[in-house]
Amino acid sequence: MKVTVTINRRPEIADPEGTTVERALHDLGYTETSGVRMDRVVHLDVKGDDAVAVKALVEEMCRRLLANPVLEDFEVEVTS
Amino acid sequence: MRTAVIVFPGTNCEHDVVYALEALGGEAEIVWHRETSLDDFDGVILPGGFAHGDYLRTGAIARFSPVMSDVRRMAENGAPVLGICNGFQMLCEAGLLPGALIANRDLSFICRFVDLEVVDTDTVITRLASEGERVRIPLNSYEGNWVDPSAGGRVALRYVDNPNGSQARAAAVANERGNVAGIMPHPERGIEDILGSSDGQVLLESFLQSLVDYPLVPA
Amino acid sequence: MTTPTGPAHQKLGMTDDEYESIVGILGREPLPAELAMYSVMWSEHCSYKSSRRHLERFPTEAPWVVVGPGENAGVVDIGDGWLAALRIESHNHPSFVEPYQGAATGVGGILRDVFTMGARPIALWDQIRVGPLDQPKNRYLLKGVVSGIAGYGNAVGVPTVGGEIEFDDCYSGNPLVNVMCLGILRKEQLVLGTAGTPGTIAVLLGKATGRDGIGGASILASASFEDESEEKRPSVQVGDPFEEKKLIEACLELYEKSLVVGVQDLGAAGLSCATSEPAGRAGLGMRIELDAVHRRESGMTAPELLMSESQERMMAFVSPGNLDRVLAVADKWEIETAVVGEVKPGPNLTIRHNGRVVAEVPAASLANDAPLLDRPSARPGWLDDVWSAQTSVNDVEPVDLLLKLLDDPAIGSSAWVHEQYDHMLFLSTVIGPGSDGSLLRMKGTDKALAVSTDGNGRLCYLDPRRGAARLVYEAALNVAVAGARPLAVVDNLNFGNPEKPEVMWQLIETVEGISGACEALGIPVVGGNVSFYNETDGVDIHPTPVVGLLGLADPMPSSPPRWSQANEGMEIWEVGPEPTDNLAGSAAQRVAGEALGGRPTAPSPERARRVVTLAADLAHLVPVLHDISDGGLAVAVAEICIASGVGARINNAEPAAMFSEDPHRFVVVMESGTADLPADLATRVGIIGGDSLSLGSGTLDLSIITNAWRQALPSALGV
Repeated sequence: MKVTVTINRRPEIADPEGTTVERALHDLGYTETSGVRMDRVVHLDVKGDDAVAVKALVEEMCRRLLANPVLEDFEVEVTS
Repeated sequence: MRTAVIVFPGTNCEHDVVYALEALGGEAEIVWHRETSLDDFDGVILPGGFAHGDYLRTGAIARFSPVMSDVRRMAENGAPVLGICNGFQMLCEAGLLPGALIANRDLSFICRFVDLEVVDTDTVITRLASEGERVRIPLNSYEGNWVDPSAGGRVALRYVDNPNGSQARAAAVANERGNVAGIMPHPERGIEDILGSSDGQVLLESFLQSLVDYPLVPA
Repeated sequence: MTTPTGPAHQKLGMTDDEYESIVGILGREPLPAELAMYSVMWSEHCSYKSSRRHLERFPTEAPWVVVGPGENAGVVDIGDGWLAALRIESHNHPSFVEPYQGAATGVGGILRDVFTMGARPIALWDQIRVGPLDQPKNRYLLKGVVSGIAGYGNAVGVPTVGGEIEFDDCYSGNPLVNVMCLGILRKEQLVLGTAGTPGTIAVLLGKATGRDGIGGASILASASFEDESEEKRPSVQVGDPFEEKKLIEACLELYEKSLVVGVQDLGAAGLSCATSEPAGRAGLGMRIELDAVHRRESGMTAPELLMSESQERMMAFVSPGNLDRVLAVADKWEIETAVVGEVKPGPNLTIRHNGRVVAEVPAASLANDAPLLDRPSARPGWLDDVWSAQTSVNDVEPVDLLLKLLDDPAIGSSAWVHEQYDHMLFLSTVIGPGSDGSLLRMKGTDKALAVSTDGNGRLCYLDPRRGAARLVYEAALNVAVAGARPLAVVDNLNFGNPEKPEVMWQLIETVEGISGACEALGIPVVGGNVSFYNETDGVDIHPTPVVGLLGLADPMPSSPPRWSQANEGMEIWEVGPEPTDNLAGSAAQRVAGEALGGRPTAPSPERARRVVTLAADLAHLVPVLHDISDGGLAVAVAEICIASGVGARINNAEPAAMFSEDPHRFVVVMESGTADLPADLATRVGIIGGDSLSLGSGTLDLSIITNAWRQALPSALGV
């Protein structure tokens, strides 16, 4: 099954990269922009046919490896 | 003959580059990235560091700085333009040099002396060196791994043992005319034996000589 | 995390006595924001309440001291109009919670302490202690800490030029990360953390304020501070080296243009500290408008704004006439600013939020009036048993033990660590990582600064007084072999739980040891940091003082000694008192699998002075000098062989003498007759040559010891 994991820094944790990119966008004239956050997306193929079980498995991967639970939240989406 | 050493927020090798150029008899001045004119200068160096924190991609934000349009103009006019480390990354992002720089093969920052070999002596940074000459200067980068899907670049210097996995073992790359070059190791850190090597002198002397011969190749 | 119950002050970690003191100062019950400010300012971390009475023992005066302990960094005069600023700090707990960010923000904090004084930070050293690397958690911690130091230090543009790593079980649940920073400045650029005179304007520079660092103290996890949920209070501060780099350049420009009266960085205790300390030092009050503080998150309460430890922030105190120019400099460097208040006559710090006064307290009382504790101390009962243990390596083949030592990750090459750090920026690093002391030339002068940072928890566990004194002597010898004379010390005292009398005894002994050694060398302590509560499940770490010693080489040797300059035919000399067979606390004892025990050899103040002077003089004459410490003479000679790519023979290889770490000893390698060595201290022990290292009857190929030494740390880490 195709799985997409979005890992984002928890909203209350500072995101220096997002802040810097936002400033650069403003410099280029895109002043209507705000709230820039730099997230990461991980795509996986996982063997299995039970979407619920696959989702649980990938969530475990997130907790153990893919995300840093101290700083980050994650969202797992099983797409097919 | 004056060299503009451009400083972006996050640049950190500007004083070292000025020191090295002056030690070799050159004249250099630090120029802030928001300046729009380089009319008073004969050449440009984009020094190393972490412009804009290396955020998004190394050099990606710096290429939009106001000063970069004049850097481009000078490059197109055949004036000497050299990017060192982070400056090399900017020149690639700006399209003034071919290819791009990605994370080192071993995914770790590398700070140590490396041995280089001169491949092409018809560039702004190698014209006083001889083909096959070995130079030993420090490397100091995380994104030092040069890739060029078009395979179009001219390699000026290559690594003897390729520490970061660069395509063609490239340590320094130049444009077709040879007046624009980027080098990943730091020649300015290799100009005095007390610091471990003076092999970098010939590279910066080549740059200074190019200022005199401007334009290097008629447009 | 459990929510503390009981009255508000207890939830904030304060005792009933401390609460009564506040009521006494204010003449009334404190408001919530006031209580929050006292809780952080009177915390162990900020007030040194358990240690302060003992730290007064340190010698702090010398003619060259410009600023002693108590300011953001110590400052000493190094001649010709130049000053050096130095400081050391721990980031132990944050590094355990999140090793990358914990170590990174440790670097950021120590840099701010130094550039707050008007200095440009020129170098960093890091001291890392984790548990043994056979446990995955410790490998993860070490990799994370090293990446964090590299990530922040490299990007902020300050080279990391030295340090140490030590491994011991006692650090498994409580790693230690201590970072030292050195800066230099012209005399006229010195800036102090003072608020100036009434009318001076307080300008907050740098990153927007968020809830960073608040939950960590477990103190706001209570309902008394309105309704923010605990999840919204991250205890992890995230470092932004890019912002810090801009802040450094902006502040240096402000100093150069003489646009500020005083500066204070925002570290622990955030705004509470950056307002009360400068006002307290000036003997004045201040009015602060919290509504003006630029922030990253909405809905922050007054206590949160006052306690936030968001990184990369500075408070500048500016005369009204200079305000526009200050804001213009900040704007050039793309730094956010907020005019947050004004210095007032009288003692009170008045804080307003949402149009009302949320705190009005005497500024100096926050900074200075924390009730000091006189915690009981007692010599540990177990010490006698530990001292009676005997270690002998007489039945061990010296070459076998040497190979084991070189293959130890704490002794083997540190290249895996220091090659991840930019250690060459600023073109000053004459002698960098992987040697005794670092040597940094000062361009445009004949001078060089030398620094050594040293710690040894095992030695200090066995005898904190002797152990701590030996650290100072070792650091002094390390800078001497680089050609420098000792000038000043900073210390980072990492200890267990001060509520235990044994831990307090260890602290007091340590302070005595450092003080005695500094007095013997005639050098002052100009700053320090105390980190208590380094314990896991009630087990304390070894007492682990870390000493950072600054030396001055004036002039710098034209060709300083290097381990790599040994050549075929040169003589090997051992200089210093003859070693005993005491291996207490030594690397040999540890690597041989013996229990930590015995009483370490006492140092000798007279010997220390003599060898330090001798080594500093020899540094101008001979090609190789090397302090004898971890692993003794055998490891010292092996390191010279590896660096020079040449073998050696040691003639009379008595095992104890090969591996003794007795103090005040160093190795000289030179052509015969290059320098006169004092007959009562110097012994010729061998000769350089060949492609193997011989200790008595045993021999090891140079390639074998080189590989063992190179691979020790990478293979222990599995990289």
